[in-house]
Amino acid sequence: MATTPQLTATASGDVLELRPAGSWTAANVTTLEALSGTVAAQLDRSKALRLDMAGVRELDTLGAWLLEKMSRRATSAGRRAEIVGVADNYAGLIQEVHHVNRHNPAPVPALNPVVANLNEIGRAAVGAREDVAAFLEMLGSLFLALVGVLRRPRSLRLTSLVYQLYRVGWQAIPIMALITFLIGAIIAQQGFFHFRKFGADSYVVDMVGILVLRELGVLIVAIMVAGRSGSAYTAELGSMKMREEIDALSTMGLDPIEVLILPRIIALVVALPILSFIGSMAALYGGGLVAQLYGGMGPAIYIARLHDAVSVTSFEVGIIKAPFMALAIGIVACSEGLRVKGSAESLGKQTTTSVVKSIFLVIVLDGLFAIFFASIGM
Amino acid sequence: MMQQAAPEFAIRVKDLVVGFGRQVVIDHLSLDVRRGEILGLVGASGGGKTVLMRTIIGLIPRQSGEIEVMGAAIGRSEDRSTQRAAGRWGILFQQGALFSSLSVRQNIQFPLRENLTLSQTLMDEIAVAKLEMVGLKPEDGDKFPSELSGGMTKRVALARALALDPAIVFLDEPTSGLDPIAAGEFDALIKTLQETLGLTVFMVTHDLASMYTECDRVAALADGKIVAIGPMHELLQSEHPWVRAYFHGKRSQMLQPKAS
Repeated sequence: MATTPQLTATASGDVLELRPAGSWTAANVTTLEALSGTVAAQLDRSKALRLDMAGVRELDTLGAWLLEKMSRRATSAGRRAEIVGVADNYAGLIQEVHHVNRHNPAPVPALNPVVANLNEIGRAAVGAREDVAAFLEMLGSLFLALVGVLRRPRSLRLTSLVYQLYRVGWQAIPIMALITFLIGAIIAQQGFFHFRKFGADSYVVDMVGILVLRELGVLIVAIMVAGRSGSAYTAELGSMKMREEIDALSTMGLDPIEVLILPRIIALVVALPILSFIGSMAALYGGGLVAQLYGGMGPAIYIARLHDAVSVTSFEVGIIKAPFMALAIGIVACSEGLRVKGSAESLGKQTTTSVVKSIFLVIVLDGLFAIFFASIGM
Repeated sequence: MMQQAAPEFAIRVKDLVVGFGRQVVIDHLSLDVRRGEILGLVGASGGGKTVLMRTIIGLIPRQSGEIEVMGAAIGRSEDRSTQRAAGRWGILFQQGALFSSLSVRQNIQFPLRENLTLSQTLMDEIAVAKLEMVGLKPEDGDKFPSELSGGMTKRVALARALALDPAIVFLDEPTSGLDPIAAGEFDALIKTLQETLGLTVFMVTHDLASMYTECDRVAALADGKIVAIGPMHELLQSEHPWVRAYFHGKRSQMLQPKAS
């Protein structure tokens, strides 16, 4: 049924006669484009064009458009063009394509590359300011929602809070424990390997204890939570935004911050210290295991050394940071979620932004806390 | 629009059974769609119209029965050979299903780009041609799906469905959610395109006005079977209780021309 398309051009006097034949359909587009390219030069030379369509077996929009383009090329230079031999069933299509593509919108002029770059930088700067504003705005509305809940405790979404706690807290325990356990073990192993060279084996315990309790336990857990739960928050809220669920909530007179975001952030603030504690314990256990298996230090000595090396202060320094990190992760995740626009791509983009930003903020916060604790002598 | 070798029926469905778990949605259904006609499919909400359409295009697995589209047996929708054999179809999903990360122009060009080898210039021209054929402006090509109104989304989705000049288009409730004027325009548009491009149109619809003005035949789906099929005036005479209730209910009576 489909036949190879052909185009024969015969010049008789001033008139160029084109006879397309075969299937002028999308399936043969490569051939068709080549064919119409070959006659372009002849088309420009001739005084008039006669397009004889009698040989066309099959025609679709694409083929019709290519033929129309030839006749338009002739007429645009002020020459005569006529189309003859159009089969009845194709007349409508030929008519249709005759009207399309008549007024092309003026192409948008490309920006000067220097201007375009400056434009980008300017936008990024403004964007950074907007990020800070969005963070503060979310913090503010969260505070307001919290005040509202404190005044009317019954308006707290308890079910939602418990469910979120289950998701970001309880369900996260195995993976958090496993990862911090491995980190603790690795630190201890590295410690024994290097400290042994100058006979400082016993100080490995000090290093593991202080490092894990003050810094690593909470930092690793916070980063994991940002990747695990923060991204989930952004994706959930973002798809709710896309499907107008958040708008639906607002029109029912409910505050999305109070209904959706407050329980999520409270859950994070509660769960992260607990996870940090579990994580720190798992890391110390991992360190102890390596001390026995690799360092030849028995559990009793390990615990005794740990008792000397760390104080409650080390533990406090670590755990105090956890709720603040949780707040930062939660706010970034939720505000990025609410910034999702209509497309699937934007959902992906905001989720990435959310994770990157919250990990960055967690590390910045950790640095600020280090300065703070150093200056108050903890 | 094609020649003698082409089969008489665009779609043939024989003894089709589709169900989910224990629930049977399509129960030994047979249906033939003639080439070049506009067939409207009506049925109760949740009665399996969309299921039937999605089964024909291979998105839902069937339990038994045969489906032929343009003379080729239909397997699964991902099977590219099935699609090619079926002479390529265009599908207008209920919500448009435009790719949200691509602009309107890119959405229309997507099937062209994936299936054919052609220059970017030609692709741009074809995209504009399709946009204008569905009644949009070339400038609309730069918009993104999230910036379109409901009516525009449907038009762009139709333009994308028509990008490869398919022999068959499937429309899932094309006029739902449009105001009567926009729905009327959309109906007229489908009719015009069907005439100029020689399309076969399989249309799931609830819109009585579309059925009167546009459909060559209407098929009524009830209890998982086609209980009545024929031109609108024949369906109005049908004795089947559900069909009577559908076309002679209060809402339908209000819309019917006085003559019937």
